[in-house]
Amino acid sequence: MTYARRSKSEIARRVAQDIPDGAYINLGVGMPTQVSNFLPPDREIVLHSENGILGMGPNAASGTEDMDLINAGKEPVTLLPGASLFHHADSFMMIRGRHLDISVLGAYQVSTAGDLANWSTGEPGAIPAVGGAMDLAAGAKRIWVIMDLLTKDGRSKIVETCTYPLTGVRCVSRVYGDLATLEFTPDGPRVVDQVEELSHSDLEQLLGIRLLRAAADS
Amino acid sequence: MIDKVADSIEAALGNVADGSVVLLSGFGDAGMAHRLIEGLVAQGARDLTVVCNNAGAGETGLAALLKAGRVRKMICSFPRTATSYVFDGLYRAGRVELELVPQGTLAERIRAAGAGIGGFFSRTTFGTPLAEGKEVRVIDGENFVFERPLHGDLALIGADRADRWGNVVYRKAARNFGPVMACAATRTIVSVNEIVPLGALDPEHVMTPGIFVDQVVHVPRALNVPGALQ
Repeated sequence: MTYARRSKSEIARRVAQDIPDGAYINLGVGMPTQVSNFLPPDREIVLHSENGILGMGPNAASGTEDMDLINAGKEPVTLLPGASLFHHADSFMMIRGRHLDISVLGAYQVSTAGDLANWSTGEPGAIPAVGGAMDLAAGAKRIWVIMDLLTKDGRSKIVETCTYPLTGVRCVSRVYGDLATLEFTPDGPRVVDQVEELSHSDLEQLLGIRLLRAAADS
Repeated sequence: MIDKVADSIEAALGNVADGSVVLLSGFGDAGMAHRLIEGLVAQGARDLTVVCNNAGAGETGLAALLKAGRVRKMICSFPRTATSYVFDGLYRAGRVELELVPQGTLAERIRAAGAGIGGFFSRTTFGTPLAEGKEVRVIDGENFVFERPLHGDLALIGADRADRWGNVVYRKAARNFGPVMACAATRTIVSVNEIVPLGALDPEHVMTPGIFVDQVVHVPRALNVPGALQ
């Protein structure tokens, strides 16, 4: 089967469309950060950075960098009018205490039950690092994952049981992928949308799992 | 009269016992007390347990302490960074232990120590390898993992301004771990860009009240950067 995958910026744009006006959100380091480039200008969306910022603005322009004002990826950023600053325990109180509406994260694997694996491939000799991923997985009201749905060698990253170490249990509510957007329901993953060239059964075959049909089809 | 201002980094550090648990504020370089950490390298304490979000960068500050072989164990959330090669090498060679703690759990364990709380139950890590060996309790139908307080013998904090009573103000996102670590150590030393007269800090804006601070050292911002004296 031939099909065109969604590009990283198309996926980021797709995620941004779904973030409602007034939402408090945290964008993970790397690919999820790109979502900030596509936030609709007519919505007020407040970006949280776990190192103690609400109301984070764009990255600092060259020549205006202040290394006391960095994001979670340690890049110099700016503050928007209405921003606030706070210490680490308060920042994670916002996360753990279920105050944050959406956390957008990358992942290695997501299980059909919504388990998330995104912090370690478990390789011997690798230096483990977890950062705030487990806090976000356990604490944010909704966890949205951005990832390609297949590995480079064609294996599905949506699996019955994660083989990589877990970040959180039954926490993922959506996956925004290159082939489809999936909603994780108590009955399993449901297709929200998919690239045009793929049929429902094509997608099931590629991912190796059963998928509930998009609401419009049922 | 209360005067917590120390004349020098050496005077502020005084004797640090071998085997101490040392809390280092900072997220990346923001909020790190680089000069105080280099003072600890010069002071010579060994067999240290260091609590810090990251595990050092390049070869200055915490990386210099690691390179000098003074650290027995690191407790951190994100040891691996682009230039954490000193820690990486020691860890792979089995010469430093690592206790990996999720960032929010790290901050809350430190906060608990400062608040005199004997631990807490958190949803974070439930069902993951980092919950292994820890007590799990079902509270209102949800699974929680027990976490212990994390107390320091010494905290080295980077901040912006302080007065001689030890009231402290931080700057922008360099606040990060400073306020919780300052409360959680037997002895807390803060390096600041500016020491201001008593009464000059607006009481509404004090972020760490002086009761939590033992000593204050003046380190101009231009010198509180990695390797500034090298």
